Amino acid sequence: MQTHEFEAIIVGGGGAGLMAALYASRQVKTAVISKLYPTRSHTGTAQGGIGAALGNLDEDHPEWHAFDTVKGGDYLTDQNAALVLAEEAVSAVIELEHLGLPFDRTPDGRISQRRFGGHTSNFGGQPVRRACHAADRTGHMILQTLYQQCIKNNVKFFDEYHVVDVIRVGDQVAGVIAVNLDSGELHIFHSKAVLFATGGWGRVWEITSNAHSLTGDGNSIVYRRGVPMQDMEFFQFHPTGIYRLGILITEGVRGEGGILLNDRGERFMERYAPKIKDLASRDVVSRAIHLEIQAGRGIKGKNYVYLDVTPETVNRYLAEAGETRRVTREDIESKLPDILDFCRTYLGVDPVKEPMPIQPTAHYGMGGIPTDLDGLVVLDEKNTPLSGLYAAGECACVSVHGANRLGTNSLTDLIVFGRRAGKHMAEYCKSAAVTPLPNNPAEEIEAELERIRTANGKTKPYQIRNEMQQIMMKHVSVFRTADGIQEAINVLHHLQDQYHHDLMIDDRGKRFNSDMFEAWELGSLLDLAEVTAVSALARQESRGAHSREDFSKRDDEKWLVHTLAYREADGSIRLAHNKPVDLSLAAKDEKFKPKERVY
Amino acid sequence: MQITLRIRRFNPEKDKKSYWGEYTLDKVDSTDRVLDLLHRVKWEQDGTLAFRRSCAHGVCGSDGMRINGVNRLACKMLVNKLGEGEHIKIQIEPMLGLRVIKDLIVDMEPFFEHYRQVMPYYVNDAPLPENGRERLQSPEDRERFDDTTKCILCACCTTSCPSFWANGVYVGPAAIVQAHRFIFDSRDQAADERLKILSEADGVWRCRTVFNCTNACPRDIEVTRAIGEVKMAIRQGAKRE
Ligand SMILES: Cc1cc2nc3c(=O)[nH]c(=O)nc-3n(C[C@H](O)[C@H](O)[C@H](O)COP(=O)(O)OP(=O)(O)OC[C@H]3O[C@@H](n4cnc5c(N)ncnc54)[C@H](O)[C@@H]3O)c2cc1C
Ligand code: FES
Repeated sequence: MQTHEFEAIIVGGGGAGLMAALYASRQVKTAVISKLYPTRSHTGTAQGGIGAALGNLDEDHPEWHAFDTVKGGDYLTDQNAALVLAEEAVSAVIELEHLGLPFDRTPDGRISQRRFGGHTSNFGGQPVRRACHAADRTGHMILQTLYQQCIKNNVKFFDEYHVVDVIRVGDQVAGVIAVNLDSGELHIFHSKAVLFATGGWGRVWEITSNAHSLTGDGNSIVYRRGVPMQDMEFFQFHPTGIYRLGILITEGVRGEGGILLNDRGERFMERYAPKIKDLASRDVVSRAIHLEIQAGRGIKGKNYVYLDVTPETVNRYLAEAGETRRVTREDIESKLPDILDFCRTYLGVDPVKEPMPIQPTAHYGMGGIPTDLDGLVVLDEKNTPLSGLYAAGECACVSVHGANRLGTNSLTDLIVFGRRAGKHMAEYCKSAAVTPLPNNPAEEIEAELERIRTANGKTKPYQIRNEMQQIMMKHVSVFRTADGIQEAINVLHHLQDQYHHDLMIDDRGKRFNSDMFEAWELGSLLDLAEVTAVSALARQESRGAHSREDFSKRDDEKWLVHTLAYREADGSIRLAHNKPVDLSLAAKDEKFKPKERVY
Repeated sequence: MQITLRIRRFNPEKDKKSYWGEYTLDKVDSTDRVLDLLHRVKWEQDGTLAFRRSCAHGVCGSDGMRINGVNRLACKMLVNKLGEGEHIKIQIEPMLGLRVIKDLIVDMEPFFEHYRQVMPYYVNDAPLPENGRERLQSPEDRERFDDTTKCILCACCTTSCPSFWANGVYVGPAAIVQAHRFIFDSRDQAADERLKILSEADGVWRCRTVFNCTNACPRDIEVTRAIGEVKMAIRQGAKRE
């Protein structure tokens, strides 16, 4: 078994991982390990934009951005984190431009910005243009730009290496274990610090905007080594996924004037969010769509509604609102080229001529690996750190998105907190001693991989995965009840049992054994599905993306706390509800105090 | 409808030579993606089938392959584009010109090696604006290189190019597209160096304007045109000297 020595190891080559790598590699010996070629990472699919109060087109201030983030998160957002995000967003976006990112431009040559759900001026006023964009492929440009700069700076990459375990020695971290997918060999990466930037776990659900590879590996790996998962009950359903496929249609479509319509042709968001209508926060819009469908007002009675961005419709509503702006077919073509391409390719629908059929789609995990503001992983409500272990990006929970993330804030999160984590990690490596490797650090994981590779039960991984995805979609999605969640947990237990005792694998080989790795990833999804369901069952209130039909109100008295879910030695889950939400902005300013959320 | 998939198979741990595997799938929807079919084969029939994929909607560049003889992303190719009627046959092979590792997985390293050769990164060492803000660029200047920013490095273009098949030292269309993205960015300062690299023996002159690359690009980049613009820039640069 080969052993590699580095000071800093970064697991994941998406936006968060690459940003951290750029910073860490300037100071210490760093390697990035990624199961995909970095440019295949899901950051590349982000469409609409990255949020920062540049004020290029409308007056804007970081405090306004922080306010929207806190309110959008239904007050579960840690307010110190929201302030850091909003303040450092500006320099982060400027830094991306300096690294070459080809943002769209205003007529006078500055970075162009557009409207996005939940982003407002003046503490909850009118929609503000805050999303900095490069057509509708902002994430692609971010990922490409960061990867290019890593090439320029000779960052060391281990591409198509699948990390399967973290080496923890007491309260220190000593590296990770990875499999070279091509050879199938295990490798030990011995290091002073490890950063997980492994992205989301949207593949827990049936209808999802997430890539096949988004299986929450980093989360399950550290969870199995004693790190709690924070706020996992909060998983965002994006309102506009392509019907049945789940492929995302960016909120930028509504930012450009697109309108949601039900079977009667009503702009139903007027009833749910009178002030900003279609541009309300995602949880609000997803629930509205769900309720319309339940009331039989889905298109032709089915479970989807229309998103209409045809110039006629957009202009009719602009005129109705007394706005002078009008859009043309060419505007739509130039601002949303990829969206048009998706609809034409997968649906045969041309969005400049006809409306798009859409339904909510599983999209983003607000919860994850708990960290402090420098990305350092913490183990409990007292913020006790696990020395040398970091997390950033979607797999982490800073917690800046609280109970519901605003659009464009994830990309901001990657850059702001990826940068902070990279810097902190480098500083840490400069002074920290190397933790010696324990004997045989790969023993356990080697046995587990071997078990999977040679499994000869009767159930194929896809069967287990399908069942998990269906039950989670049915009971742990936009609306939830105690009975439904309990049923999901029962099914999950059964599936875990099958996974451990009745798995069937066809591929007994070593090289590119994707049969085995899909199964390993399924193990990770099952862990996270269970944590999500168990956390959701305990939280007896409705907040942000967590909407309980049996507890329909937000309950700040009892539930203005983070959830921490620990894995016990027997594999069961222990919950703690003792980690307070940071309310430091509210302490100074009334406006940040939790109040009812209306849009 | 029913589909017969013919897939070029090769397992380095077992096979000396590649062979065709045949798989029949029932109840296929005409709007299914080829990627959906590959998944069904892998999940329902033969777990050993190996291919790369991630996003499943044509943006990550993982699943370039030869489908009925042309390079396509499996996730962006719908069954209804490949035939009509109740029964169709689809043939799937790995991309050409790169070593096959297993089934549809080819060795991408030579491809990325060419990519790294052309300085595929932004260079601008001029002092940053004193106000701490972005460098300015007019919408027209930004538009100038928009097309080539769309590249997802899937290798569909490079592995459809006869010049690349003939001689793998040719940097290939994808690398030239990447260079183009910077050469025509008004903010970038390393155009001359890139043009010099591309004017060498393994550079743009190996392009015979066959247009396979443009036809293969799943992002609709006008690859041949971009190569033409680079050739032109080299000629003009030569005149300037
Ligand atoms: C369709 C879509 C559109 C979006 N649009 C926007 C938007 O407009 N604005 C916005 O702010 N946010 C948007 N988001 C959210 C945002 O894009 C993601 O949350 C964010 O990109 C995640 O980045 P990341 O760096 O954390 O992870 P990713 O980019 O997902 O990268 C994860 C990395 O980890 C690696 N990895 C994972 N597991 C392992 C393992 N076991 N071993 C080794 N490597 C591993 C992968 O190879 C990959 O490199 C969108 C999300 C989706 C799905
Ligand atoms: S799977 Fe991403 S491009 Fe096809």
